[in-house]
Amino acid sequence: MASTSDNGFRTRLGRVRGLGSAKSGGAHWLAYRMVAVLLVPLTVWFLISIVRLAKAEQADAIAWLHQPVNAVLLLITLIATFHHAAAGMREVYEDYIHGKLARLIAIGLTNGAAILLAAASVFAVLKIAFGA
Amino acid sequence: MSETSVAKKARPLSPHLQVYRLPLPAVSSITHRFTGIALTVGTLVLTWWLVAAASGPDDFDTAQHVLGSPIGLLCLLGWTWAFGYHLLKGIQHLIWDTGTGITNASARRSSALVFGGSFVLTAIVWIAAFAL
Repeated sequence: MASTSDNGFRTRLGRVRGLGSAKSGGAHWLAYRMVAVLLVPLTVWFLISIVRLAKAEQADAIAWLHQPVNAVLLLITLIATFHHAAAGMREVYEDYIHGKLARLIAIGLTNGAAILLAAASVFAVLKIAFGA
Repeated sequence: MSETSVAKKARPLSPHLQVYRLPLPAVSSITHRFTGIALTVGTLVLTWWLVAAASGPDDFDTAQHVLGSPIGLLCLLGWTWAFGYHLLKGIQHLIWDTGTGITNASARRSSALVFGGSFVLTAIVWIAAFAL
């Protein structure tokens, strides 16, 4: 209450807004949940699809990805999956790695790997989808 | 014995992880973590499979051959179970996030359902994959 900018006219909400422990924790939590909800139907669709492609030749997999519906759904599934994996691993690190620097490095490396794998898999899908 | 010493004996002990038999929801919770980490590692294989499919028939055949080998199939079986488990446990968590089902009895019941359902789901996927 001793803050110079606090002249007594600011509302209680105005005083606490943006002062959460992680500043953006709420948005991070919500994004993690929203993507998880999205992944429920997507992964069910994905499981059914790979069951049908279990004994596929490359030509079958390519024909499957040539259908725009499959390509688009797979792209969303991949991006959502890597977002979810990175967010989940971050939660594990935050629980078990107590050194600040080690935790930061683990989170950073995982995010970097997730972006790299997401880009590689998205590129592969696009290459097949747009290919002859 | 005096009343105070009886009261002392009845006090709850702090659970020591090496001798404490974890209740089902606790086992279920840590399994969720393990399956999540395993599935994160599995995204490497998924990316490799997609990149192989995009690279050409030979690379795709190699990937299919490795995944179709006994060790490959065993990994895929484990992956399917981890996938089914993490999906069902994830749905339980999303339901819990709404404030529903958070009692000891309910958590025990739904955790048993998650374990049972994960095996049923794995069986369905593998029977379907071989039957189709």
